[in-house]
Amino acid sequence: MKISFLKIISISLVAFAIIVFFLALNVDKRYSTEKIVGKSVDNFEILFLNNDEMFKKQDLTNDKYHLINIWASWCLPCKKEHPILMNLKKENNLKIVGINFKDKKLNANNFLRELGNPYDFSLSDKDGTKSILFGVYGVPESILIDNNHKIISKFIGPLNFKDYEDILQLLNEK
Amino acid sequence: MLSNLGNFLLFGSIFITLSIIYFAYQNIKEKNIQIEKNLVYLSFFQITFIITSFLLLIFAFVFSDFSLIAVYQNSHTAKPIFYKIAGVWGNHEGSLLLWVNIMVIFSFLFFLFNYKFNKSYSLYTLLVQNILILGFLVFLISNSNPFFKILPIPLEGLGLNPILQDPALAIHPPLLYLGFVGSSIYFSAAMAAILSNIYGKNFASSIKVWVLISWSFQSLGIIVGSIWAYYELGWGGFWFWDPVENASLIPWFCMTALAHSVLVLEKRNYLYNWVLILSIITFISSVTGTFLVRSGILNSVHTFANDPARGMYILIFLSLMIFFSFVIFFKRKIYDNFYLEPVSKETFILSNNWFMMFYLATVLIGTIYPIFTQVLYDTKISVGPPFYNSVIAPIIIPFLIMMAIGPKIRWIKQKYNDFKSVILILILSCAMNFLIFSFFKSYDLLSNLIIISSLFLIIHSIKDFIINSKTKSYYNLPSFLSHTGFGILMLFIILNHNFSKEYDLNIKVGETKKIDNIEIKFQDLKIKKRENYNAIVGNFNIIDIKKNYQRNLNPEIRIYDNPQTLTFESAIKTNLKQDLYLTMSNIDGSDFYNVKFQIKPFMLWIWFAAFLTASGGLLRTFLKK
Repeated sequence: MKISFLKIISISLVAFAIIVFFLALNVDKRYSTEKIVGKSVDNFEILFLNNDEMFKKQDLTNDKYHLINIWASWCLPCKKEHPILMNLKKENNLKIVGINFKDKKLNANNFLRELGNPYDFSLSDKDGTKSILFGVYGVPESILIDNNHKIISKFIGPLNFKDYEDILQLLNEK
Repeated sequence: MLSNLGNFLLFGSIFITLSIIYFAYQNIKEKNIQIEKNLVYLSFFQITFIITSFLLLIFAFVFSDFSLIAVYQNSHTAKPIFYKIAGVWGNHEGSLLLWVNIMVIFSFLFFLFNYKFNKSYSLYTLLVQNILILGFLVFLISNSNPFFKILPIPLEGLGLNPILQDPALAIHPPLLYLGFVGSSIYFSAAMAAILSNIYGKNFASSIKVWVLISWSFQSLGIIVGSIWAYYELGWGGFWFWDPVENASLIPWFCMTALAHSVLVLEKRNYLYNWVLILSIITFISSVTGTFLVRSGILNSVHTFANDPARGMYILIFLSLMIFFSFVIFFKRKIYDNFYLEPVSKETFILSNNWFMMFYLATVLIGTIYPIFTQVLYDTKISVGPPFYNSVIAPIIIPFLIMMAIGPKIRWIKQKYNDFKSVILILILSCAMNFLIFSFFKSYDLLSNLIIISSLFLIIHSIKDFIINSKTKSYYNLPSFLSHTGFGILMLFIILNHNFSKEYDLNIKVGETKKIDNIEIKFQDLKIKKRENYNAIVGNFNIIDIKKNYQRNLNPEIRIYDNPQTLTFESAIKTNLKQDLYLTMSNIDGSDFYNVKFQIKPFMLWIWFAAFLTASGGLLRTFLKK
């Protein structure tokens, strides 16, 4: 029997796709926000706000906790939580990563100049696609990550004083 | 009671479908040339049973019979009757019943039309189609039964998701289903054509009309869906490259390719294998799309209640379908021999197919690539508009040019000597582009080229049509409408893309803000009570200082009771030139409202052109030579 090259290619491509689909059925969907707590962070690469370099998962150092804060200059509740972030900045074992969400660079920098910059790393998610990774519904949201890259808490909406105390408690448990 | 009756009808349908499969198979083996009468009766019973079961479900929704889970979960007594009916296919179970209904109706009609045509071809089509119907009926009964009971019977239903309570969305699923479920019939016919060894030309003429019908409805379904997304989702766009939109676009590319290549097969008896492949992959891509949507492995605005078991069933069904269609297709040892002249209608039609396959591959890769990376590398990526726009846009240019020249070329061979008019039209298009350019000010090179080529297509088609109409033959009218419509569509999409403006601001009642030449005044807020929701209605006054006009826009925030949901309704003022589009949303814990104001040029033209394109297909279906 003559085995046609085209036949083999097409059959194996289709078979491959179907196998991937089968596997995909069993992958749990981590977009939901409840499920994200307790999981370790997936690999990511996000552009810095003010230069063209990438911030990667490996850049989350192992000796510190990280608070990922998603914000935008157009978002009023972000102004409200800003003092709390400024206070958190004083904590030694916490680094704050700000992801600027669907925003203009100019407005974002003005915002930080006016109100102070609480972020150790300022990143930019211009089209809102990178923040999906952290199960983001809207801005502001914050995710606390421990030194093993595990998500230990998630705060939807502006951080309030109670959240602040919770974060301090979690930091001191370490 | 209703539930029992419904289940009886569904089990009855399964029994009849099995009988059809059995008798059709027996009948094929017999030597006589007649198709047995009992198959006609059985088909008739089948369609009666399945339609009755669908009517029964509509009845249950209209009279709010909450003893059925499907009704309880998706309806409410206080809903307007129109949305009670739309609720029937606004959920997984009901929409699957609609799916089976369309398969049966197409099967019945195809059988009726081709009854006397060729015994074994008709019977094989009936056989394959009924195997597909059986697959979906079993799926329906085993884990998506719309007639499932709930005890104790609830007094009130949970209601239909408010953003689905919309006239455009009520007709969007049935239209789309007529498209991609309709494609099942030429999948079956293609299988039958191979099994019964029917002559290519006959196969082409028997499926042509079905391809056109499904293409037209698929197009209409996609358009209506976009219109809904435009005014309901409050984003101001009409195409998101959302995975589910892509899932409807992929079969559309196949159908478009098929609608063209089937003409070559009918006329010249060329490309038989290719037409068979297209017929097969159209339905396969439809089912794949359904799998991607219903299994929930893709996230998008179209969320169904997801259940991995459903995904598993569809995937197994899909794999079997692909496996058997491949086996049957590869058994066919006949290879096409053909020679195409470079300048002939066949070549141009084939070039359409190449373009379609290119778009198909692009959209397919963009849609399923994130699934692959997640499974294979555990990395989440999302493929967005920039990918599609940058891959697809440049290839639109040669496509539009070919589309302009193609229809006029003759079959078999032609000495092309029309260069003079082509160059004239090209110059004319460039001149018009220059006018547009100087009027609107800058846009990039790619946009310039697309505008020139779409103008080229429009002018060329109109010229051809005028010359043609002197002979009083209107047979070319449908392709003229579709091609011109597509040219207009591309022209206005590019203009819209380049000249849309967007303003985003936070504003309090009574405030006035000024950006560029636009003054936005937030005059007042009113609370209004409507039939099934309360609305906070904002009153905005937009003044364009430069152009000296003013408009009032009234966006709403709606608060629905059942289920409790907030929706944001955009205010849209449409005219021939542009849409003014405004949405507002409240900001928690402050007096400010976030307002997004957009100026979107030529929206009405985009819808008009899209309908014009689809109308060509419908017209061709009903137009006799």
